[in-house]
Amino acid sequence: MKKKPVAVTLNHNPLLKRDLPAWRARIVLLGLMGCSLALVARAAWLQGFNKDFLQAQGESRYARVLEVPATRGRITDRNGDILAVSTPVRSIWAIPGDARLSPADARALAGLLGMNVNDLNNRLGSARDFVYLRRQLAPDVAQRIADLRLPGIHQQQEYRRFYPGGEMMAHILGFTGIDDRGQEGIELAFDGSLAGKPGARRVIRDRRGQVVEDVESIRPPRDGEDLALSIDGKLQFLAYSALRDAMEQHKAKAGAVVVLDARTGEVLALANAPTFNPNNRAALSGAQLRNRVITDTFEPGSTMKPFIAALAIEQGRVTPATAIDTHNGRMALGRATISDTSRHEVLTVAEVIQKSSNVGTVKMALDFPAETMWAFYDALGFGSPLRLGFPGEASGRLRPARDWRQIEQATMSYGYGLSVTLAQLARAYLVFARDGELLPLSLVRQEGLQKAGRRVLSPDTAREMRTMLEMAAGPGGTAPRAQVPGYRVAGKSGTAHKLEGGRYTNRYVSSFVGFAPASSPRLVVAVMIDEPDGGQHFGGAVAAPVFARITEGALRTLGVAPDMPLTPLRTASRPAGEAL
Amino acid sequence: MIRADAFLLSLVVISALGVVAAQHQSRQLFSELERQQARARALEVEWGQLQLEQSTLAAHVRIERLARDTLGLRMPPPGQMIVVEPVQ
Repeated sequence: MKKKPVAVTLNHNPLLKRDLPAWRARIVLLGLMGCSLALVARAAWLQGFNKDFLQAQGESRYARVLEVPATRGRITDRNGDILAVSTPVRSIWAIPGDARLSPADARALAGLLGMNVNDLNNRLGSARDFVYLRRQLAPDVAQRIADLRLPGIHQQQEYRRFYPGGEMMAHILGFTGIDDRGQEGIELAFDGSLAGKPGARRVIRDRRGQVVEDVESIRPPRDGEDLALSIDGKLQFLAYSALRDAMEQHKAKAGAVVVLDARTGEVLALANAPTFNPNNRAALSGAQLRNRVITDTFEPGSTMKPFIAALAIEQGRVTPATAIDTHNGRMALGRATISDTSRHEVLTVAEVIQKSSNVGTVKMALDFPAETMWAFYDALGFGSPLRLGFPGEASGRLRPARDWRQIEQATMSYGYGLSVTLAQLARAYLVFARDGELLPLSLVRQEGLQKAGRRVLSPDTAREMRTMLEMAAGPGGTAPRAQVPGYRVAGKSGTAHKLEGGRYTNRYVSSFVGFAPASSPRLVVAVMIDEPDGGQHFGGAVAAPVFARITEGALRTLGVAPDMPLTPLRTASRPAGEAL
Repeated sequence: MIRADAFLLSLVVISALGVVAAQHQSRQLFSELERQQARARALEVEWGQLQLEQSTLAAHVRIERLARDTLGLRMPPPGQMIVVEPVQ
């Protein structure tokens, strides 16, 4: 049997010969077009709509914005001497999870940090992500720690404030916190201008956080502005050391001194005791922090009497020579009796101030309506804050005239029943020192001309008061110990019983407010000593010598010409015609 | 036509090289600026520290102690003072 071979060629594959339906090709084509459309849409989505977000994300993987620190402004005194300056320090912190130190490394680190090794290991063993090991470390020590190149140990730059004046300047300057922001005093009052504004710059960092390239500066840092205070460093030192010595001598509880420039109203010195060291504030108590010149009030006592005499003279009711009967120093007023420390019969107005007679002062004061007396005290600035911009400034207490009883008006004339700050009292004495004008006070150095003061008294009255106050600070007055060789001084002492639990006790506030030279006043100095306990408590014995010591030194430091002959006087004149 | 193309192409290449050079220069200048600014900051810090040191050395307490104890200075009594009067 013979089989017929099947003819099969590759060219004619029967499978290929079959006609494919046309729709299949179209479906494939559509599918491919769909895919490419999807790709285009995705690309458009990424490139168009989402571009900013993605670019920012990409950049954030390598670009960083770093903060450029700005320094806090310096505080200087009126002569440009540094009172407060910030210098960089470093804080050492750790990520405990990353910090795996060999025992030798741990010992080296603990040595540099000044810590116990066990303490260090305890901190590094903590479960937190971030621990400070030591804050505010000196830069050279920090550099040695950085040179150890320990894993997980990092540093950050901070600033620390230093006060070269130490405790002497503590109350006026205040201090800053650990973050270099003001917390007290001038540091707080002027924090806005002293604090710098940190800048920012963009850099590119590698995976390990090292800066590879600087890209741009976003904004430059703005350093804080320097501030020149009205304080004079030398006068401040004089005031502080005189106050400190008086505190020791009289075993006083507290004390305060303020020195004003009578020509400009600038505060030249402001000292407080007890004080504190602003560079080391580990053990601070409230008593040390109190600024008794600006934020504490007290009953002024006899230092108010000259204002009553001035008002009586200003209104033409008396002249300095008018005689007043003081009834041997006793006067009944309702159920109360007003008495004098030293008794006299008939005194002139000038002698009432010189001998500090309560009865004489009350007799002058009760001649005015209460409103007149209130208006005068108010015009002198009592009862309203000084607006120095100082934090916690006290306004004192001066009750409205309509609820004054007669006995209250009487006691207010010799400084009881109202409270003032030492700065207010010193400022009020500017009216005597400046021919009747009152100036606003300033803690900041004044440039150029001071704006005119407000007239409270006529120049004639002010001059007559100066003569009276010179008598009070002279032989026969209550405070002859206020005298200074070579200069004429004027002022009034005050000794006030302290009010405790509604009763006046036998504890005292001794004060003295005065100015010098009396012929053309340059300085107003106010001294307050709280609870002197060394056997003496009269303002003329406790506070007046402090005034004398400060005034003598200050006038010499400022180069004020003496207005009274030194005894024995020696003068050297230049031959006429020789150039100065 | 080809010549014009070649000319334009060379302009493009030159401009591109210029951009690269300018970019490089700008980065160099910027890092130089950063260096100088860092130096200025360091000098500022040093100045602050020197001022601090100066004011510590010139503290009134220290001056007074040196004057009184080491140098034995004292205030002249009134009789020893001579007032120099300026010529009117």
